[in-house]
Amino acid sequence: MVNIKVNGTSHQIDVEGDTPLLWVLREEIGLTGTKFGCGIAACGACTVHVNGQAVRSCAMPIASVDGADITTIEGLSADSRHPVQQAWLTEEVPQCGYCQSGQIMATAAYLKSNPNPTDADIDANLTNICRCGTYERLRRAVHRAAAMMKI
Amino acid sequence: MNMQKLSRREFVVSTLSAAGGLAIGVSTSADAASLSVRPWGNDALKHSGEINAWVLIEPDDTVIIRYGRAEMGQGSFTALPQILTEELECDWTFVKPEYASANRNHKENKVYGSLSTGGSRAVRETGEMVQQAGASARERLIAAAAKRWNVAATDCKAAMSKVTHTPTGRTFRFGELAAEAALIKLDKEPAIKKADQFKFIGQRIARLDVPHKINGTAIYGIDISVPNMVHAAIIACPVFGGTVKSVDERPIAGARGILQVVKLRDAVAVVADRYFRAKAALDKLAIEWEVGAAGSTDSLQFRKDYITALDQTGAVARHDGNVDAAMPGAAKVIEAVYDAPIIAHAPMEPLNATAHVQGDRVDVWVGTQNADMALTFAAQASGVKPENVYIHNTFSGGGFGRRLRPDEVAQAVAVSKAIGKPVKLLWSREEEIRQGRYRTQAAIRFKAGFDAKGTAIAYDIRNSAGSSNPQAVRNGLDPQTTQGLITTAYKLPNLRVTSIIKNTHVPLGPWRAPGHSQNVFFMESFIDEMALAAGQDPIKFRRSLLAHRADFQQVLDVLESKSDWGKPMPAGKGRGMAIHESYDSIVGMVAEVAVSNGEVKVERVVIACDCGVVVNPRGVETQLEGGMIYGLSAALFGEITVKNGRVVEGNFDTYPVVRLKDAPKTEVYLTPTPGKKWGGVGEPGATMIQPAVTNAIFAATGKRLRSLPIRNHNLSGAA
Repeated sequence: MVNIKVNGTSHQIDVEGDTPLLWVLREEIGLTGTKFGCGIAACGACTVHVNGQAVRSCAMPIASVDGADITTIEGLSADSRHPVQQAWLTEEVPQCGYCQSGQIMATAAYLKSNPNPTDADIDANLTNICRCGTYERLRRAVHRAAAMMKI
Repeated sequence: MNMQKLSRREFVVSTLSAAGGLAIGVSTSADAASLSVRPWGNDALKHSGEINAWVLIEPDDTVIIRYGRAEMGQGSFTALPQILTEELECDWTFVKPEYASANRNHKENKVYGSLSTGGSRAVRETGEMVQQAGASARERLIAAAAKRWNVAATDCKAAMSKVTHTPTGRTFRFGELAAEAALIKLDKEPAIKKADQFKFIGQRIARLDVPHKINGTAIYGIDISVPNMVHAAIIACPVFGGTVKSVDERPIAGARGILQVVKLRDAVAVVADRYFRAKAALDKLAIEWEVGAAGSTDSLQFRKDYITALDQTGAVARHDGNVDAAMPGAAKVIEAVYDAPIIAHAPMEPLNATAHVQGDRVDVWVGTQNADMALTFAAQASGVKPENVYIHNTFSGGGFGRRLRPDEVAQAVAVSKAIGKPVKLLWSREEEIRQGRYRTQAAIRFKAGFDAKGTAIAYDIRNSAGSSNPQAVRNGLDPQTTQGLITTAYKLPNLRVTSIIKNTHVPLGPWRAPGHSQNVFFMESFIDEMALAAGQDPIKFRRSLLAHRADFQQVLDVLESKSDWGKPMPAGKGRGMAIHESYDSIVGMVAEVAVSNGEVKVERVVIACDCGVVVNPRGVETQLEGGMIYGLSAALFGEITVKNGRVVEGNFDTYPVVRLKDAPKTEVYLTPTPGKKWGGVGEPGATMIQPAVTNAIFAATGKRLRSLPIRNHNLSGAA
């Protein structure tokens, strides 16, 4: 039995210890905003926050996050009010949108560690894949979110 | 009465912090139409407020607009309703688009046309159809109002979801008229607006699906949950065309949650209470496959075979003038062979479908590009009549052509039928990469002759490529394999295209801008070689071959000025361009690259486009940017290799794609020429970038790359 807190709610999870956190979130808890993209932590579609850090949940065994505080896209804000979400909306970043929960979660965590990123910082630190090619807008949205967070 | 509607559309104006007082100014719905996170439509056939198959108006004025294509991120779930709204004269905030029913499309003789979403067709081919549907509904609403008032319809007009009797100022809401409007027969269908009458078309309106895609609420196929649903993981024979020989289930005996192993002819599925259990068990099964002769093939041999095939005569696809007569008279002849590898689509959401076969009814929830074919496949796989099959189309995590052929639907339906339960079947990423409907391997030989003054006088092109639809090959030709070659706008007195169709066991399908994708890389690279041979600047040389096309010249003007063309660049950097017409749009690109220590970095891309009518500039820009990135992945990294008949690559570690660090600064300029053309923009962007980058590499290094991907070439020491 593993205990995790997800978006503020405690859950007792009875699954095999090597079950990836992603599938616990999606199938045990029913939070489907976090997506499956690759299963090998290569694309970042499954990014969530574990104790405030961005983590690719598809390759994170549930046993290794016992006791952790986890935030998913559903818990990032009420009513999409987080500055990163608002910047994403204004720049109209998503196309198919499938990778965007992960992109937003990765960005929200990154901006906490670097509130003033340059383009080069963004390129080096935000490494999630988007196949629709939203990168130009995504980069603009990261700057916009950073500016909004300073207000 | 509209107050009721407005309150239903209540929303939050986001203010980031009371202290800062920054109004974000973006709402989720109040200033726009609203789209459900579960956008599949109602399959019921008739409703009293349904004015035609496309438009249903509720008593409270809600306007349901049916969308007869797929939304995979290209924005036409917003663009097509935008077009219909232009004609209907309804209030955009009352609009609620939903997917057109595939079941109904089947039963009502394709009332929505084709639901298939490929060929950059959504707006290009459905635009005028929905315009007509909107105009027709508007005139019926006006006629219904005129009848109630007993006045002439010509004294009434529609605007913002109301009909007004102009002389008296009396009004009816659309919602009050819809049921009567639905019964009205018009003497003749009204004319639709011309481009210069558009008020709403052309506006930079917000995409309706975006608010659902920033908070995890949009429902994709993978997110579907239905009562009593179980989960399936699947692997198909890794050698295409092979079959299941045997399955040893002993390794998973007693594993938790496993319900059943289902053997299909060419695939094995494990069904469990959870996907992660099904997948873990599938990985443990010992499966033997019957692979046949294809099991000894490999990519190196394929590549040789495609290039050797160029020695065949080929079928003539186009011949202007007489190349055989002109070529011997040339003062100078240049020749080159190019080739391109197999590539996969790799949409972010791996293929999946949820199917429920119960008695003589089948329900399928799937994010598909092709709801019509999904219905057909589900009927075939279940044995249920097509009229009893219901496709509930979800959002889809990218398509790019892969979701045009719903293999996953056939599998999910077969598994549901076998186990008698609703099942969600999900492919792994490896399955997605290894069971593609790939872009064909292709090779091409160019030969160009110039007169003594350097004018190109003869151009001979021969390609070899696989057909994704061998049954459709006529006289040795598949229009798709010569796309972009036979349609070239370049004018030469003597020009010939011959083609050889060559297939392997690798299944092929449309990859964003099929045909054009590899052919434009070939054509626009060799045109640069021709410019060099003629001693001319690449843009000047193209201008001379496009002198008859003012629209091309205009796109070239914009490209030339915005890209700083001709401005010197430092050593190791270069600029390259490409231009092409496809899907009724002309798109040109200039790429700036830096080559350093053998590494290529694309730093900036300037895109110019003439697509005719621009429905939503934001949508067009986004599609061109995204298409460019998609093509850039192919140019820099894209390669699927085959060994022992099976695809070697399996995931993003071995099939890399563009990430932020690889993504250039991008500028898009729309330069629509006046006129009635509705050009598609979903695909063109994916083609031009490939030669623009290799041409830029040539400018930077003097090295001409005649094959892709770029990462296979050693450029160290080249600059």
